[in-house]
Amino acid sequence: MTTPSKEEIFEKVRDVLVDALAVDEDEVKPDATLVGDLGAESIDFLDIVFKLEKTFNIKIPRGELFPEDIMTNPDYVKDGKFTGAGLAELRKRMPFAELDQFAQNPLVQDFANLLTVADMCRFVESKLKQAT
Amino acid sequence: MRWYWIDRFIAFESGRMAKAVKNVSLAEEHLHDHFPGYPVMPNVLIIEGVAQTGGLLVGEYNGFREKVVLAKVQRAVFHCEAVPGDTLVYTASVESIHPHGAAVKATSHKGDVLQAELELVFAHLRSDVGGRDLFESGTLTHMMRILRAYEVGVAADGLPLREPDEGA
Repeated sequence: MTTPSKEEIFEKVRDVLVDALAVDEDEVKPDATLVGDLGAESIDFLDIVFKLEKTFNIKIPRGELFPEDIMTNPDYVKDGKFTGAGLAELRKRMPFAELDQFAQNPLVQDFANLLTVADMCRFVESKLKQAT
Repeated sequence: MRWYWIDRFIAFESGRMAKAVKNVSLAEEHLHDHFPGYPVMPNVLIIEGVAQTGGLLVGEYNGFREKVVLAKVQRAVFHCEAVPGDTLVYTASVESIHPHGAAVKATSHKGDVLQAELELVFAHLRSDVGGRDLFESGTLTHMMRILRAYEVGVAADGLPLREPDEGA
């Protein structure tokens, strides 16, 4: 199986999000955030993961796309903000996510709204690379 | 109160598909209020019946060890009403089962007529969520028994479906 191009990945991710979140195709732009712009709720991530697994024939273990366990770890979070170690862990666990802007004021409450459509595409791309 | 929105399984293939029958009857109290003089089976209760069909299918696959809950109604399209005297046949097919949940596609038919089409997402709740059991031990196998799933059920190996060893 040949690896799909970035455009093909984007189109398939867009189809998954249109289906899972009942949004219009033109709303799914690379810089759109899943929670803030596309209205995803926590349970939608479960649905999105199922659909990504099926569409791309990949396995996504719990916590890989969204490592929520970091948020409840006192070594990584202090006074509602990610610590230096927490940010380092986020970078390690989420190499597909654009974290530079978030790192300037890493409030836990903003973490849920971090992921963008482009991040999702990079995540899928990295999973497909692992698989080949 | 007994929260059964299906009457009987007529097919149950472990991890794959299940068919259940729902007989709509004027003996159901709520139909006299929904609507007065014009009884119609509420669509939400059709969704609940389909969710029971699919939820038991997903739960059985894991030997009822996971707490399976309906997490999301991804799609529900109703083509016609269900009224007293109708027999609905719900067919739930597993799209995928994962460690953290399952996706199910389902239909409701009145005879040959497609009455509704649904897509449901089930979640496996972690055992620490809520800090208590959702179901008393044995509740789900009792449901399976009363709905006659073990009379028609087929396990993944093609043999008749058997009750799990421990009460689930």
